[in-house]
Amino acid sequence: MSSKKLIEEEIERRNFKKGGEVSSKLKSLLRKLGIDTQIIRKISIITYELEMNIIIHSDGGKITAIIANNEIKIIADDDGPGIKDVEKALQAGYSTAEDEIRELGFGAGMGLNNVKNYSDQMDIKTSEDEGTTIKAVLNV
Amino acid sequence: MKLSRVVELLKAESVFEEYEDMEIETACGADLMSDVLAFSHSKTMLLTGLTNPQVVRTAEMTDIEVICFVRGKKPVLDTVQLAKEKGIKLFYSKKPLFESCGLLYSNGIRPEKLQEIE
Repeated sequence: MSSKKLIEEEIERRNFKKGGEVSSKLKSLLRKLGIDTQIIRKISIITYELEMNIIIHSDGGKITAIIANNEIKIIADDDGPGIKDVEKALQAGYSTAEDEIRELGFGAGMGLNNVKNYSDQMDIKTSEDEGTTIKAVLNV
Repeated sequence: MKLSRVVELLKAESVFEEYEDMEIETACGADLMSDVLAFSHSKTMLLTGLTNPQVVRTAEMTDIEVICFVRGKKPVLDTVQLAKEKGIKLFYSKKPLFESCGLLYSNGIRPEKLQEIE
């Protein structure tokens, strides 16, 4: 199976000014590849939510996007404190974000829910020592 | 409905000197960006009280082409610059969010279908 890495970008903790740059870059790349608009929109939303998650909740991390035969995989890997309760984090409306984050329009408790809803497959690995890795896969 | 009619109804002002008229079929009103990201269809107009650049990023990801800031709020310079770069039309209105949405709804603009929440 042939696969190609589309992007691999570092994301800085709390750098809101850059928030969305990686997702924007990926969106442009997918457009150039002629991927279906609806699929691009779903991937952009997934990537943006994961990018903002790293900025808001972690100590920094990385977003990687890989395209293979029939799928696009987004991997968000961070050095953050880990997700204490994954089940709760997946509940719509549940959030641990502070008021400062909510003022920016985030921390509505819909982020991981959106990632799950737009993916065909999602996998979360998290621990306090090793941070969090979220893989979201979309069939194309 | 034409965007020019929306602008008239909301008594809105364009942030940029000129704008190209277009058809607005659906709209959403929200101050929480993840709520906006729960919309999966395109060609939506966003009404919001939030003015930071993340609003433009959110519009970019969801293919929203028009943003109207409500409650008389004007976008910060970073927001305007990013919108210009991404070709997103910006407006502002003195009307509050509830009234703006009500005006558009009662004149025929409909909400987008939301992704189902599990």
